[in-house]
Amino acid sequence: MISAEWYLALSAILFTIGVLGVLTRKNAIVMFMCIEMMLNAVNLSLVTFSGWHNDINGLILVFFSLCVAAAEAVIGLAIIIAIFRNNLTVDLSRINLLRW
Amino acid sequence: MLTTYLFFFFAILAIAAALAMVFNKHTVNSALFLVLNLLSLAGIYLLMEAQFLAVIQVLVYAGAIMVLFLFVIMLLNLDNEAKLFNSVAMKEIVVVLLSAAVLAQLMYSIRGWFGMVDSNPIALGELGTVEAVGDVLYTTYLLPFEVTAILLTAAVVGALVIAQRKIHLEK
Repeated sequence: MISAEWYLALSAILFTIGVLGVLTRKNAIVMFMCIEMMLNAVNLSLVTFSGWHNDINGLILVFFSLCVAAAEAVIGLAIIIAIFRNNLTVDLSRINLLRW
Repeated sequence: MLTTYLFFFFAILAIAAALAMVFNKHTVNSALFLVLNLLSLAGIYLLMEAQFLAVIQVLVYAGAIMVLFLFVIMLLNLDNEAKLFNSVAMKEIVVVLLSAAVLAQLMYSIRGWFGMVDSNPIALGELGTVEAVGDVLYTTYLLPFEVTAILLTAAVVGALVIAQRKIHLEK
């Protein structure tokens, strides 16, 4: 049977792939999708701990983090659209107005 | 025994879809691979008997949020990235090392749990049902639940304001 460590390891691997994506990709939308995947990995570990401790509060926290992720996705995509309108690109290496 | 096979099936599917998402040149394909990743995570939630979260995962994440992503990708009519990776090899090496460090750190902290778990299979049982979650959500967590409504409304209004405003920046 599958115990908690396997779920946690899967969560860690998915989180690391998300980190890798955020660091390598330059497309803003793909970076954003990688962030969503990292949020998902953390949700998985929350559910795992919830099942481990037989406590329902972890599931509630996942519900709230899902709501925040939805709000974040809406705002982030709106920002990406605004950036695209002004610069005609979502390549983050070319959006360097505030870069030092 | 079946759950073990199913877990590894879903886990390998999730990891493969995640890697395919990161290393795909086309943005639309990346979004569709992310949908596959989210669906396999929903399957893993089902293995943990968290039915409510599995349904929410499919409805909200794989449904609503990813449709939003696809809409924006279609709207912007993105061309493919010219170079998937930076031409600077040094930066790639640093990125891979950094990711490996993150993974090693996480795995090390997970390995610390190994002695503490009596290798019970993770199963939420009664806790994962809609009744149990709704019971707690509408009593103990009623106020945060209502605040979530305000948060989502603010997000929608903010998105409208941000996406509609025309800022004329000279390039």
